[in-house]
Amino acid sequence: MLNLGFVVRRLLQIIPTFAFILVVTFVIVRLLPGDPLSAMAGDRVTDAQVLQAKAELGLDKPFIVQFIDFTERVATGDLGRSFVVQIPVVNLISQRLPPTLLLTGMATVLAILLAIPLAFISALRRDRAADMAIRGVFQVGLSMPVFYIGLLLLTVFSAQLQWFPVGGYGDNWGDRFYHLFLPALTLAMSLAAVLMRNLRSAIVDVLNAEYVDFARAKGLMPRIILGRHVLRNALISTVALLGPMVGTLLGGAVITESVFAIPGVGRLMIDSIYGRDYPVIQGLTMALAVVVSLIFLATDLLQAALDPRVAK
Amino acid sequence: MTAIDPITAMTPAPAKPVAAGRRRRFSSTFLAGAAILILSALLALFPQMFAPYNPTAFDYKAILKGPSLAHPFGSDNFGRDILSRTIWAYRIDLQIALFGTLFPVIFGTLVGAVVGYIGGWLEAVFGRIVDAIVTFPFLVLVIAIVAVLGPGLFNLYIAVSIVGWVFYAKLIVAEFKVQKRLDYAAAARVMGYSTGRIVLRHLLPNAMTGALVYWMTDMALCILLGSSLGYLGLGAQPPTAEWGVLIADGKNYMKTAWWISVFPGVAIVLTGLGFSLLGDGLADMMRAKQ
Amino acid sequence: MNQEPIRTGYAGDAGLSVRGLTTRFVRGRDSVTAVDHVDLDLYPGEVLGLVGESGSGKSLTLRSLLRLVRSPGVVEGSVVWKGRNLLALPEAHLREVRGRDIALIFQEPMTALNPVMTVERQIEESLSAHSGLSSRERRARAIELLDMVGIPAAADRLSDYPHQFSGGMRQRVMIAIALASNPKLLLADEPTTALDVTIQDQILKLILNLRERLGMSVVLVTHDLGVVAQTCDRVAVMYAGRIIESGPVAPVFARPAHPYTRGLLGSVPHGGRERQPLVSIEGTPPSLGAMPPGCAFHPRCNFRIEACTQQRPELVEIGQGRANACLRYKDLAGLEAA
Repeated sequence: MLNLGFVVRRLLQIIPTFAFILVVTFVIVRLLPGDPLSAMAGDRVTDAQVLQAKAELGLDKPFIVQFIDFTERVATGDLGRSFVVQIPVVNLISQRLPPTLLLTGMATVLAILLAIPLAFISALRRDRAADMAIRGVFQVGLSMPVFYIGLLLLTVFSAQLQWFPVGGYGDNWGDRFYHLFLPALTLAMSLAAVLMRNLRSAIVDVLNAEYVDFARAKGLMPRIILGRHVLRNALISTVALLGPMVGTLLGGAVITESVFAIPGVGRLMIDSIYGRDYPVIQGLTMALAVVVSLIFLATDLLQAALDPRVAK
Repeated sequence: MTAIDPITAMTPAPAKPVAAGRRRRFSSTFLAGAAILILSALLALFPQMFAPYNPTAFDYKAILKGPSLAHPFGSDNFGRDILSRTIWAYRIDLQIALFGTLFPVIFGTLVGAVVGYIGGWLEAVFGRIVDAIVTFPFLVLVIAIVAVLGPGLFNLYIAVSIVGWVFYAKLIVAEFKVQKRLDYAAAARVMGYSTGRIVLRHLLPNAMTGALVYWMTDMALCILLGSSLGYLGLGAQPPTAEWGVLIADGKNYMKTAWWISVFPGVAIVLTGLGFSLLGDGLADMMRAKQ
Repeated sequence: MNQEPIRTGYAGDAGLSVRGLTTRFVRGRDSVTAVDHVDLDLYPGEVLGLVGESGSGKSLTLRSLLRLVRSPGVVEGSVVWKGRNLLALPEAHLREVRGRDIALIFQEPMTALNPVMTVERQIEESLSAHSGLSSRERRARAIELLDMVGIPAAADRLSDYPHQFSGGMRQRVMIAIALASNPKLLLADEPTTALDVTIQDQILKLILNLRERLGMSVVLVTHDLGVVAQTCDRVAVMYAGRIIESGPVAPVFARPAHPYTRGLLGSVPHGGRERQPLVSIEGTPPSLGAMPPGCAFHPRCNFRIEACTQQRPELVEIGQGRANACLRYKDLAGLEAA
């Protein structure tokens, strides 16, 4: 199904992307105004101590040397230490990444589960009551900020009905799914709205396509036509969307983690930006950029597997 | 006499042709959106005419009261009237929608026009950079910039502008790519019109339609972004009444005084819907013209 | 409408007998008639050409035969095939007829074939639905079919996708898919219109060849009179949703008995004769929502008389296996074709 040449070529494209990420992160963090050392030091240090810290961090060396040092360190997995918490950045990130990944993963699955059947109903009953109702609800959902949805769900289902815990992350795997369900649902709403709209439009296009007519002329049963011809082709147009959605998902995750007090990478990002914790900002940016590129790679490969026209 | 099979029955009918003589100039979605926005604009421009109370007035006799005739949206922990605060916040949030998108529209369109017209290697390079930026979480970028500059509305506008123009540029570049090749562009070149004139008077008006529709959506997104930052404490600063800030004010009272957070949220949804409907309606009308 | 039956319904082995086929598009209280009381007969092994301008309703007629018209289209009338009226069959039974007894091929293979399914899969789909063959047998049959339509290295091409074939080859693939279950009737909707002239020729020869080998009958829809002359035994001419003339090809082309047919023939350049100016028919076909009273063609007709604007001519037998819908056919029959 997958052209091996295409896969290899796509994998190789990752390398320049990673290099680009390295350079950009390095440059951006060093360009940010605000002295990193004052953040770390507070007012109780002397100038001599500041100079010493500078030398330690290599901040007095020329840019190029700094960059080479930086690259070496990254290659060995040393991303520095957080100014604020004095833990190696790598450890910090690896602690906080799983909750975010789990949250966004669950949100994606929920969104797909919501979007596909509703998109089908909407497309097949186009312009009739069911379609209008579904699209109306989703339109309203799209206009609601993520924190608002989260707050409402939290209040109704956790505080009032007590069906779900009020935020937090949970202790073991089973517990985690339970804690993350509401936050994932919150994130899933906006994602599902966009997915549904595009999937519906794709299904409508496919339903009108000639190959559906041809399939009917062959005497195939409607459910085979719907499942095999319509769904597959519609999915292909939608998978192309998944990649760019990652950006929105991460943004939403940041807010959701705030509302539900989840110890994830989103909150870490905000806290570290506020606290001017440069090593963490740097490490996080790189980690996130890498994760996003990998997700793009995965969706590209998925698309190529589904659509033979892509891998040429 | 003939049974209609399930797929035929389910397959959508082709678009209804407009009956001759009943052609409407404005689609109903457009009108609905416009109605909401006009109402919003009125509330933003003349809040004193609509708000029953002073938004900052404390009233210790009416703390945490639920919706009632005296306070249709209830009151908060200082006795302030939520309806009035929500109304006074209209001017702030609509401002956010406007200022957060103005620079991106103008700057992005100009850059897009230049890159789109020149094309070639410039377009290729630009495209790559733009794709890299666009895929990065918008919210995170904005938060980062705001954190560096310091919280506040003005810095919010700067942050959004720095990142937001890229989307418009991308749109315009794509449109120009198409428009450049059309016959009327070739005709203009043959007539010897200057490049500037071709770009500004011929290509741009045609390319802008997509950007205009996106602008509507963008304004809705801007309000969402602005209120999100307000909620996080990074946007409008108290005591400025902004919907996100108002919602944050009530987040610890959700069980006992849900109205503090819920009603401002409704305003966000309504206004966002207004922009979306306007944008969709515009898109419908432009498609109908073609 | 009272119609004189042209022949009694032919319920024979490969025979198709269509009476009063009417397809309307209904929106609220308005309806537009795109196929207007069409009568056709097809004998076993025969190739019938259905000819007309674009918009004359010929493609729609084909789809109406199998009740493949999308809503808001409504099909009425009778289409008798092997003794059963297809239009009165419940959907499940009609599905058995489609693809198995009667096959339909489209004009543009690039849009008619699913771009993300292999050729093998698309053939096999038809076989799964209509035959009880095992998967190995289906594969063997698929290779046999691709071979039969002239695709070289058939076994290797099974796992290819439609976009990997050239235009002519794709059309052959579509024919292979259509013939998977050995249908007795092939409905071909402008199968060569989208192809180069040289490829056209090959495809037409292929269709005739297959007709011989498999004992099929064919209804060939086209706007090209040359194609009709080359491949068809009989021809039916459509105008504004109505059949206005039908009969064996040679006599109809030599002595057309309807002004429209005369006009069509006159507008085709003839080789090997004295140079004559091309005759084109003035005007354009009527819009289906605003049909003229009486004969649909009268506004453009050089032979019209008063009666033509009042009564609609019925399709009547005029001997020698020909039928005609013109009040003045007797006058025309005497003239040579232009």
